[in-house]
Amino acid sequence: MIKMLSDFTAGERGKITKVNGEGKIRRRLLDMGVTPLAQVLMRKKAPLGDPIEITVRGYELTLRKAEAACVEVETE
Amino acid sequence: MRTFALVGNPNCGKTTLFNALTGSTAHVGNWPGVTVDKREGVYKEGEEKLMIIDLPGIYSLSPYTPEEVISRNFILKEKPDGIINIVDATNLERNLYLTTQLLEIDVPVIIALNMMDEIDKSGDKIDIKALEKAIGVPVVAISALKKSGIKELMHRVAFAEKERCGKTVLDGVLEGKIERARQFYEREGAESPLFHAVKMLESDEIELAHNGAKEVLAEIAAGDDLEAIIADERYKYISANFSSAKTSVRRDVLTKSDRIDKVLTGRVWALPLFAVILFLIFHLTFSENLLYLNGFTESQGWMPTLFDPVEEGGLGWQENFGTKLLACIYDGAVFSPGVIFTNLLNLILGYVSDGVSAFISVCHGASWVESLVVDAVLGGIFSVLGFLPQILTLFLAFSILEDTGYMARVAFVLDRIFRRFGLSGRAFMPMIMGFGCSLPAIINTRTLADEKERTATVRVIPFFSCGAKLPVLTAMAGGILAVFGAGNVDAITFGMYIAGIAVAICSVLLMRNTTLKGETPPFIMELPAYRLPGLKNLMLHLWDKTKHFVKKAFTVIFASTVIIWLLQSFSWNWEFLLQDAQELFAEDPEKWVSLKDIEGLINVRAGESILGGLGMLIQPLFTPLGFGAQLGNFGWVFAVAAITGLAAKENVIATFGALAAVVAGQYIDWEAAGGEVASAAAMIGGTGITVPAIIAFIIFNMTTIPCFAACATAKAELPNGKFKWTLLFWVVTSYLVSAMVYTVGSWWWTVFIWLAVTAVAITLIVLRNIGRFDIVKIFKKKNKGAE
Repeated sequence: MIKMLSDFTAGERGKITKVNGEGKIRRRLLDMGVTPLAQVLMRKKAPLGDPIEITVRGYELTLRKAEAACVEVETE
Repeated sequence: MRTFALVGNPNCGKTTLFNALTGSTAHVGNWPGVTVDKREGVYKEGEEKLMIIDLPGIYSLSPYTPEEVISRNFILKEKPDGIINIVDATNLERNLYLTTQLLEIDVPVIIALNMMDEIDKSGDKIDIKALEKAIGVPVVAISALKKSGIKELMHRVAFAEKERCGKTVLDGVLEGKIERARQFYEREGAESPLFHAVKMLESDEIELAHNGAKEVLAEIAAGDDLEAIIADERYKYISANFSSAKTSVRRDVLTKSDRIDKVLTGRVWALPLFAVILFLIFHLTFSENLLYLNGFTESQGWMPTLFDPVEEGGLGWQENFGTKLLACIYDGAVFSPGVIFTNLLNLILGYVSDGVSAFISVCHGASWVESLVVDAVLGGIFSVLGFLPQILTLFLAFSILEDTGYMARVAFVLDRIFRRFGLSGRAFMPMIMGFGCSLPAIINTRTLADEKERTATVRVIPFFSCGAKLPVLTAMAGGILAVFGAGNVDAITFGMYIAGIAVAICSVLLMRNTTLKGETPPFIMELPAYRLPGLKNLMLHLWDKTKHFVKKAFTVIFASTVIIWLLQSFSWNWEFLLQDAQELFAEDPEKWVSLKDIEGLINVRAGESILGGLGMLIQPLFTPLGFGAQLGNFGWVFAVAAITGLAAKENVIATFGALAAVVAGQYIDWEAAGGEVASAAAMIGGTGITVPAIIAFIIFNMTTIPCFAACATAKAELPNGKFKWTLLFWVVTSYLVSAMVYTVGSWWWTVFIWLAVTAVAITLIVLRNIGRFDIVKIFKKKNKGAE
């Protein structure tokens, strides 16, 4: 099933299929290793519900839900 | 001397390696045009001396952040003899992503595989030989922290190949496309054509600005999303080649870092814990009642003072060097470390000042020389040094938070709140540092990547009332209480802090919707693993933060103190106004009876000084704020106090001490009468200023142009051309806010006028932002109609 990274709940895993968006934000996501085929694990949300923390390529990355909404993920 | 550049991700130990390599030879400057630190140093241990340049920590060579553009330009234009690429072995995949980009440039590369000690500890293994073979450039395992492998690294660096042709890891479908792009750059005669070619295919802004590049890209790309494909191919290559080099032990248990993180960023504890940590930092820096050992309120106090007589609740001790030393740590309450360091320093500085003063007297120096040296020169230097202990304590605490990785979590936790104001969570730290001192806070805005976010943050930092403004607040609040018998010192002080924060929030909202409009900056950030900070790194970060303060302090604060002294002590025709207290007393004992026991120079003719003249000149400007023309002959003292506050904010109160003598008509020993509160009370009582006006005066001093040192820092940190608008912003904001406080406080119904004006302003801004109201268009239409 394909859904947006922003809709993930804590503990969910999946494989990135597509990175949408444009310019600065997209480039930054790609540079930080959020690329198609990479495995992601949603670790948790911040205490106020946003941003989120994910594990990608062996390290912890934080991004906002708005930015996570650019990332399509295929869940297992 | 051959030059090598140090390149790597943030948090990969680059600074530690740089220090291990260069030691004391390192020095720091700024890159031309931008405020990113430029460090250079010399490696002397080898046979040949090598120049090492530490480039900023980056994840990629994309064109979007100043750090990345600097690194890129340095490598391409300054042409170092080689690159030392530091790779964090504990996070091989993401670190090698940058490496694959560096390899595309025509420059020799040596890879330093750092943090190998942690890899060994965790039981993982990395096959260095296999890695070296796969990448095709030298790879050396090191531990920058333990200083192992560094000799070998620098040996390989010294004997690195002289030239290297760029190579790319991208192949398959991309190969043909890259080749076509490369031929374009070769025809153009560009250096490192391969690097430019790949960047062009990534739709890189800088490359597309190149003549004809856009057309070539459109032809080659043929509608494919090459940017994503290239990033993906890099990672694919990395995992295909280097997963074999690294064998990891599977771990399913929570690491220590995970467990700490669960508490520190958890749903329940994150915000309360953060509040406690913040409180502790400020408490350890500024509190004169450590851990509330002496009770929470004054009436609960039980600890005796040292020198007061026994019947007044003291121990009645004699003052000598030993007891004075003890009084630095304890006197009626146990002090916090920040206060103890300050007291110790002031004790020493006091002796120096007395010594110099005595020396000049012995040499029969003129009285103005003594005043110049002791009051202006030494006074200037000491007022700066006096702040240093508390600033150091504050910086140390913030450096620990940064080095442990907690600071990044704070941004993570608070981002949700700051986004409402068009900022990111990272803006929080500089703002909170503003409560200590604006200088380091303004420098700290460098962590903000977005230029508009940075400008907005720098502008509101002075509204977070700094340590030097606190004595002004408490003295004025005490003065109000003494004269009008109303109010509560703590409540007034606290209220002023809240007012400052409110002004800051309103200003940010206003700016982000008008002059600094822009999208909320993205928040895509690595959360580094929690680490225990190393002492050496900690000291280095501490020094990095402090040196800016010291540099600015010894130039700007010092110079402005001397200038203010000159303006205060001389009349327009350069007559020296300070008089010897004993001589005055001898001339007219009846009038100057209060000077009987005073020694040294005093200024009872401040009204004739240059500064007094300037104060009288600008006095009418402050009439709408309540401390101008309506105060008659004495209104100028407030203007003068505000001017002296520009050198250093605590001067406002010191000036009150001097000017209160003028207002009261006779000199009073304020020290004996109750210090700063008494002089503030004398000013308030003597000038007949009203409560709303005095509150307006405090607010004005809090929100107007900060001290000159903070101004100089802001000028250096703001983008070109933004500083003059920032000055104007400060003046206008403080003037409006104070005028509002005064008018509403004096005539309550004016609140409706202010509300109406605000409502109209907000409506106009909203209309403009949705495109219904365009000033330029309306203006043009009117002109046309006139024709």
